[in-house]
Amino acid sequence: MKRTVLGLAAATIALAMAGGLAQAQTPKRGGTLNFGVVAEPPNYDCHGSTTFALIHPIAPHYSLLVKFDGKDYPKVVPDLAESWSVAPDGMSYTFKVRKGVKFHDGSPLTSEDIKASYDRIINPPPGVVSIRKSYYSDLEVSAPDPSTVVFKLKNPMAGVLEALASPYNCIYSAAKLKQNPRYPETEIMGSGPFTFVEHVKGASWSGKRFADYYDKGKPYLDGYKVFFVKSGGVVPGIIGGQFDAEFRGRNPQEKAQLLDKMKDNLSVFEGTWVNNLMVIFNTQRKPFDDVRVRQALSMAIDRWGGSEALSKISILKFVGGVMRPGYAMSLPEAELVKMPGYSKDINKSRDAAKKLLEQAGVKDLKFKLLNRNVPEPYTPAAIYSVDQWRRIGVTAEHEQLETKLYQDRVAAGDFDVAIEFQADFMDDPTAQFSKFLTKKLSPAGYSGHTDTKIDDMYEKQRRTIDVAERTKLVRDMERYALTQAYNVPLLWWQRIIVINKKIHGWYMTPSHYLWQDLSTVWLDPQ
Amino acid sequence: MATIATTATDTVPKRPNPVWQFIKAEPSGVAGLFMILLYVVFAFGAAGISPYNPEEIDFAGMLSSPSAAHWFGTDQYGRDVFSRIVYGSRTALAVGILSAVIGCTLGALIGAASGYFSGRIDNAIQRVVDIMLSFPIIVLAMVVVAVLGKRSAFGIDFNLIAAIALPIVPRMARVSRASTLSIVAMPFIDAARAAGFGHSRIILRHIVPNIVAPYLIMVSASMAQAILLEASLSFLGLGVTEPTPAWGLMLSGASADFYQTAPWMILFPGVAITLAVFAFNLFGDSLRDWLDPKLKS
Amino acid sequence: MLWYLLRRLFLVIPTLIGVAIAVFFLIRVMPGDVVVVKLRADGAAVSEETIEAERKRLGLDKPLYRQFADYMIGLTRLDLGKSLWTGEPVNKEIALRAPVSFQIAIMAGLIAILIAIPLGTLSALYRDSWVDHGIRVVAVSGLAIPSFWLGMLIILGLLSLFNWLPKIGYVPLWEDPITNLSVTIWPAASVGYRYAAVATRMMRSSLLEVMREDYIRTARAKGVWTRLIMRRHALRNALLPVVTVIGLEFAFLIGGLVVTEQVFNINGIGKLFVDATARGDFNLIQGLVLFIATCFILINLLVDLLYGWLDPRIRLN
Repeated sequence: MKRTVLGLAAATIALAMAGGLAQAQTPKRGGTLNFGVVAEPPNYDCHGSTTFALIHPIAPHYSLLVKFDGKDYPKVVPDLAESWSVAPDGMSYTFKVRKGVKFHDGSPLTSEDIKASYDRIINPPPGVVSIRKSYYSDLEVSAPDPSTVVFKLKNPMAGVLEALASPYNCIYSAAKLKQNPRYPETEIMGSGPFTFVEHVKGASWSGKRFADYYDKGKPYLDGYKVFFVKSGGVVPGIIGGQFDAEFRGRNPQEKAQLLDKMKDNLSVFEGTWVNNLMVIFNTQRKPFDDVRVRQALSMAIDRWGGSEALSKISILKFVGGVMRPGYAMSLPEAELVKMPGYSKDINKSRDAAKKLLEQAGVKDLKFKLLNRNVPEPYTPAAIYSVDQWRRIGVTAEHEQLETKLYQDRVAAGDFDVAIEFQADFMDDPTAQFSKFLTKKLSPAGYSGHTDTKIDDMYEKQRRTIDVAERTKLVRDMERYALTQAYNVPLLWWQRIIVINKKIHGWYMTPSHYLWQDLSTVWLDPQ
Repeated sequence: MATIATTATDTVPKRPNPVWQFIKAEPSGVAGLFMILLYVVFAFGAAGISPYNPEEIDFAGMLSSPSAAHWFGTDQYGRDVFSRIVYGSRTALAVGILSAVIGCTLGALIGAASGYFSGRIDNAIQRVVDIMLSFPIIVLAMVVVAVLGKRSAFGIDFNLIAAIALPIVPRMARVSRASTLSIVAMPFIDAARAAGFGHSRIILRHIVPNIVAPYLIMVSASMAQAILLEASLSFLGLGVTEPTPAWGLMLSGASADFYQTAPWMILFPGVAITLAVFAFNLFGDSLRDWLDPKLKS
Repeated sequence: MLWYLLRRLFLVIPTLIGVAIAVFFLIRVMPGDVVVVKLRADGAAVSEETIEAERKRLGLDKPLYRQFADYMIGLTRLDLGKSLWTGEPVNKEIALRAPVSFQIAIMAGLIAILIAIPLGTLSALYRDSWVDHGIRVVAVSGLAIPSFWLGMLIILGLLSLFNWLPKIGYVPLWEDPITNLSVTIWPAASVGYRYAAVATRMMRSSLLEVMREDYIRTARAKGVWTRLIMRRHALRNALLPVVTVIGLEFAFLIGGLVVTEQVFNINGIGKLFVDATARGDFNLIQGLVLFIATCFILINLLVDLLYGWLDPRIRLN
C-alpha cells in the first residue's frame, strides 16, 4: 500500500513493519493457507458478481489482463499482459499478451481468450449477467494477433487501466465460452496460480498449486483452503487454529479479542478502506428538497468527534468527503473542513444548523431514517446519527429493515432519509460518484435530485484524461456535491486485518477485493 | 354472569373474597403477580425510575462496568444499561400483552364459532387450524415479519405484534373449541335454542362466560411466550429496531463482540427476559391451578 | 392397529397439501426481490435491464399460476425446485444442513430424557418436600430462560473459565466424534434445558395423576414397596404424556434451533432459513418451511401412533 494515507501514523507503522519483515526473508515453498470467508458465493461467475465472497475463494483460480499492485496501490501492474502502450491521443490501448500461458486444462491462453472474456463483459449473450457492462460501454476489444489485444475507445475515458484491472474481469477460455457462455457460473477453469479442488457447500473451498502457472516458481503455497463461516465465527476460528486469516476486515473489538488471546502470533494491518457510509436525503420529499435543511442535518453531525469514538467500537473511522481521505484526487483536509458538516467546531456548526432550519421555516422536524439491518457498521451509524440530530431538536425514527426490503424502498424512493454505503474495488471518481448523480444517469441515484449540473461535471471528468486537470474537476465536483448535500458522506471505514504471523507475502490495500490471487503468499512455520 | 350459567357455581360455598382466596391458595402465583407488577411499574414510571435517557449516547463513559453511577454498567455507546432495561420493559409488556390479548381473543372467538356451529364450518376451521399448527412458532412469526415488513405507530411495531399473535390464534382456538363443545352439549343450550334465542346471543351470553377461565389461563401463558418470541425476533434483527430499548435487541448484533470486555451487556438483559417470563409462567400456572377445579365442578 | 395407522396417515395428507398451498401464496406476497438483493445489495449500480434479464432467467417473470403449477408438479416428485440464490436444488441445500440440526435436536432430546425422568420421578415421590420445590424451580427457570441467551452464557462461561471456544464447522460424528461432540454439545445443552424442563414438569404431574388412581393407592398402603411400585405401574402409565410432550417439543426444537444456531455459528437448517428469508429466496423459503412443517407433522403422527400402541383405549376410540 502506498503511503498516501496521510496522518494515519499508527496504520502506516503497522504496515511498514509487516511489509519489512516479509521483504527481509526469502519465500519458502509449501504449506496450505487456511482462511475464513464470512459469506459464500452464490455462483462462480466473476463477471456477474459484486461480492468479496466470490473474490476471496475464486480469485486464485483466475488471471486478469492487468492488476492492481498489492504493494503499491493504486499502481497497475502486468498480469496476463506483459506490457502495454497507449496511443498519443489516449484513444486506444494495446496490450502485449504473455506467451506460453496455459489454462488449467493445459490449453494455451491467447489474445482470443481475453477478447472473448471482455466481449462477455461488454456485450453479454442472453442469459449471462454482466454487472459492470455500462462501465465498459466505451470500449471495443479486438485481437489482431494471438499475442496482441487492443482496446479502442469510442469516447475519451479516464482511468482505463484501472477499469481493466478490475478483480472481477476474470479471463475465461474462449473455446469453453463458445460451447457454453455460462460455464463460469458452475465450473472453474482459468489460468490463475491455483487449480480448483472442491467446494463443499456451506463449509469450505479448496485449491491446489498450478504447476504450469506462467510465473515460474510461484505460487509458493501447495494449496489453500477457505472456510465459510459466519462473521461471528472468525475470532473463534483463528483462536481455535482452524484457520489463520480473514481478509475482508474485522472490527476493533475482534482485533482486541484476538490480540488478547494470541498476542505474539499475529500480524496486524490497519488502514483506510475504500468504503464509506453516507446519508441520502430524499429530495422528492419535503423538506429535504431544501438545501438548507440538508446542510443543517449534515452540520448537526459531529464527524470528527464521532470518528474518535466510533472507531473504537465499529469499523467507522475516517472523516472524508466523497473521495477516500488520502486518495490523490480527494479534497485536502484544509479544504474539507470548510464544507458544511465538516467543521471541527461542532458547537458552532450546530448553532448554524439550527439557524438554517429556522430560516427554512422548519420546526420540530421529524422523519424516519431508513437503514438495513446489518449490524456492522450500519446500526452504529444510525444510532449515532439519531443521537446527533436529537441535539439540534430533530427527531429521527430509525427504521431498520432487512436488506431486501431496504433495497425495495430506496429504489422506489419510498423513504425520508436513508443510510447508504459506497464500496468499490478502487478509488476512481467515476465509480465513487455513482450514487451522487441523477436517476437518469445512474440507477443508484437514490436521492432523486434532478440537478443535471452534477451529471455534467461527472461526464466531464470521466472524459478528461489529463490527471491534473481531472483532479481539479473532481475536486470541484466534490465541493459542489458536498454543498448541495443531496447525499452526505458520514464516515469512511477502517480496514483491520489480523492474521497469523506465519503468513507472509500478503499485502494490504485499501480494498478487500484486490491482490487476493495469493500468488505471492507463503508460510513460515517457524 | 348469565343466570343459567351461574347455577353451577351457586352450589359452591360463598367465597368471601376471591383475591384473598387466591393469595392463600397460590402463594407462588402471588409472587409472580408481584414481579409482573414491578415490571408494570417500570414500564409506566420509566421516565422517573431510569437515571438516564436510554437513547443518549455518551462516548466518554462507554463500556464502563457496573458502578454507583451506572448500576448495570454501560454499553458500547455509553448508554446506561439499567435505563435501557427499565425502558425495555415498556417494549416487552406492550408487545407481550397486546399480542397475547389479540391472539387469544381472536382464537377464542374462532374456536367458539367452530365448536358452536359444528359441521362444515367447524371442519373448515379445523383444517386451517391444523395447517397453522404445523408451523413451528418462530418459523411462522418469521414468515409473517418477512411478509408484512414493519409498520409502527406510537413507537410500537404493529406488524411485529401480528407476527407474534398469529401463532397464538390456533392454539387458543383449539382450547376454546373444546370448551365450547362441552358446553354446547349441556341441556341449557338446547333450552336457549328452544326459547328462540339468536346465535350471537347464545354465544355471547352462554358460551363466552364459560370460556373465560381457559381464556385467562391462555392469555397469561401466551404473554410469557410472546415476550420470549419478541426477544428472539429482536435478537435475530427482525423485531424491535435500535435505538429503541428492547431486551432481545440488547443481546443481538455486536454485543457478542463484548463477551469478555463487557459481560454485563449480555448478563442483565437476559436476566430481565428470564424474570419476566418466569413471572408470567408462575402466575399463569397458579391461575390454572386455581381456576381449574372451578371448571370441573 | 393397522386401521388406526391408515386413518391417521390419511388425515395427514390434506394438511400437508394445505401447508404447501398456504406457504406458496404467503411467500409470494413477501416484498423484496431476490435478484435485486443478489445484484445490487453489494453496492453496484446495476441497470433495470440487467435485473429484468436475470428475473426472466430465474422464471420469476412467469405468471403466478404457472409458478404455482410448476411448484405443485415438482412436489409430486418431491422436487422442491432450485434455490434462486445459488441455483442448486433446494433438496440438496437442505440435505447439506439437516444432519447437524437433527443431531443437535436428538442430543437435546436425549439430554431432556436423561434429566426429566429421574428428576420428575423424584419430584413426584417427594411431593412438597424441599427436593420437589428445588426441582420445580429448576424446571420453571428452564421454561423462562431464552435458549439463545443460555447459549451466550455457555460461551461466556467457557471463555472465562477455560479460555476456550468451541470450534466452528461441523464434522460428521463417525469421522471425528470428539470434534463433532465438542461442536454440538453446547447448542444441544442450551436448547435441551428448556426441553428437559418441559418434560420434567410433565413427568411429575402425570406421575402424581397416576398415583392418585386407586390401584396405586392400595399398592401404596402396603408401605415399604413404594419405589418398586413406582417402577412397575406408575412409571409405565405416567410415561404416556411424557412421550407426547417429548414428541411435540422435538418439533418445536427444530424451530427453536433457528435462533440458537446463530449464537454458535452452526451452519444448519436454522441459519439456512434466516439467510433465505433475508435474501427473499422464495423457493428455498417455501422448501424449508414445507420441510420443517412436514417433520413437525410426521413427528406428531409418530407420537400419536406410539401413544396408540402404548394405550389401547385410544386407538379403539
